[in-house]
Amino acid sequence: MGRKLLLEKAHVEGIRTYDVYRREGGYASVEKAFKNMSPDQVTEEVKKSGLRGRGGAGFPTGMKWSFLAKPEGVPRYLVCNADESEPGTFKDRYLMEFIPHLLIEGLIVSSYALGSNRTYIYIRGEYAWIVDILEQAIAEANANGWLGKNILGTGFDCQIYVQRGAGAYICGEETALIESLEGKRGNPRIKPPFPAVKGVWDCPTVVNNVETLAAVVPIINLGGEEYAKIGVGKSTGTKLISACGNINKPGVYEIDMTISVEEFIYSDEYCGGIPKGKRLKACIPGGSSVPILPTNLLLKTAKGDTRMMNYESLADGGFATGTMMGSGGFIVFDEDQCVVRHTLTLARFYRHESCGQCSPCREGTGWMEKILKNIEYGKGKMSDIDLLWDIQRKIEGNTICPLGDAAAWPVAAAIRHFRDEFEWHVLNPVESQSRNFGLAHYADPRPVPVA
Amino acid sequence: MVFTEDKLKKVQEIIARYPDGKQKSALIPVLHLAQEEFGGWLSAEAMDYVASLLSIEPIEVYEVATFYSMYNLKPVGRYLFEVCQTGPCMLNGSDQIIDYIKEKLGIGVGETTTDGLFTLKTVECLGACGYAPMMQLGKHFREHLTKEKVDQIIEECRNRTTSLN
Repeated sequence: MGRKLLLEKAHVEGIRTYDVYRREGGYASVEKAFKNMSPDQVTEEVKKSGLRGRGGAGFPTGMKWSFLAKPEGVPRYLVCNADESEPGTFKDRYLMEFIPHLLIEGLIVSSYALGSNRTYIYIRGEYAWIVDILEQAIAEANANGWLGKNILGTGFDCQIYVQRGAGAYICGEETALIESLEGKRGNPRIKPPFPAVKGVWDCPTVVNNVETLAAVVPIINLGGEEYAKIGVGKSTGTKLISACGNINKPGVYEIDMTISVEEFIYSDEYCGGIPKGKRLKACIPGGSSVPILPTNLLLKTAKGDTRMMNYESLADGGFATGTMMGSGGFIVFDEDQCVVRHTLTLARFYRHESCGQCSPCREGTGWMEKILKNIEYGKGKMSDIDLLWDIQRKIEGNTICPLGDAAAWPVAAAIRHFRDEFEWHVLNPVESQSRNFGLAHYADPRPVPVA
Repeated sequence: MVFTEDKLKKVQEIIARYPDGKQKSALIPVLHLAQEEFGGWLSAEAMDYVASLLSIEPIEVYEVATFYSMYNLKPVGRYLFEVCQTGPCMLNGSDQIIDYIKEKLGIGVGETTTDGLFTLKTVECLGACGYAPMMQLGKHFREHLTKEKVDQIIEECRNRTTSLN
């Protein structure tokens, strides 16, 4: 059983309420930080912890905080990115829905470290009921003196507000989120200037993901060095993984990044294996934008090492034979699933969510969807596969924000690892339209269990 | 077309969340309020009203309302079924659920039943991938959908309408 830092109390009855959360030791990190630590010392502990941003990019959080400009007389802002819209990713929702005070506690400590007197939670619009849960938790924190003026007699004032988005994946990108928070279309900004210098309302701003900010609580409680001892290498602490697709136990799991991918998929503690005795075909381990891997490269690296559930091991081999931890959106495919069809749904997603600012993304995502549709529905040509490859190459790295890359990578990885499945679709136009048909690429050595 | 006193108070509360002079930031939440208040969609008149409340130009409202997928720019039924069709939901049978709803209600995607009760919309990833297939209905998610569950939801909506009428 791995160590739990964020979800340890998730199953305590009534943990959503302030009284139970406090009884279980909640808000201890605020007391510790406000009474014994300066804001810079809090940042220092976060640096020592080695915490990497849990939204997908994995950038060191303490370093990001230290970039925040602090000009005299200019307000600074902390914005919590709760936009969570990457297919496969639903971990932040779980945290906010079931342990809202953990996020509020993390936000208070982080706001203190950064000197943010107004802090915003930007949450995707579809999570409407979670807005109510968060506002209730904020009201309770206010009523009990953890927010407001002169918190714990430190002279520090802080208020937290929830801002609801309105349905746009791009608003998960930090500058698009800032634009949206300012009441505009979610069009990403060109960087530099970075938000740490010029963010919301042109003021210095830090944007951090929900899980990242919640992780500040155990970091302060344990101390940065103790937190860094959990996990392995630069994958310190714990990580929430939202697992879905063809597995027996979909859900949100907390791992300490020392387990293997195989253990995560097959053990009863986590995903519980593949339903109906099917074999594992492939997996996207970090949200839809990260490369899909066939089983042989998923369970072992190209060098033959056991693939582990941490940032370094998942990325081993680069995009040629590896993938990424990303947001931890873990999508599992059994042997019956069609990679072409799945890639088409992702292409449609990215076409729908492109903000339209950059031509390669606006036009390219549409073309990728059209070509994939042709291949999936029996109208594809062999040359379409190369055309698809060419288009994704022209999108990647040529857009203002990473949405272009996010749209290109799934297509590239699907062609790289499953090219024969695309070719089969072209050569078998009638058969390939069967919904649940794909070529089996499993390399799972275990015997097929009896259903 | 005006907000009730309660809604106007809410608008002022929202504006107060932002620094002075940054009331445009209230636009997205206020558009949500307008959509709720004015029949589930945003007419040009409703958007102009929101512009006047926030002291911004109507075009600033239109450009935002047309960007975000949660705003309806034409009338919708009393119950809006927003069914997710992205990867993980597809792996768990969202295509079949969408087909079943079409058949059951006799409408296509983007259409409304003749009695004005139901509109069917397909949407992209709603963050419920572990509980797929799913749809959003009003403020809440309906997850682990099966044909039987779809029947129950439709029945529930019809019963609610009968009791309200």
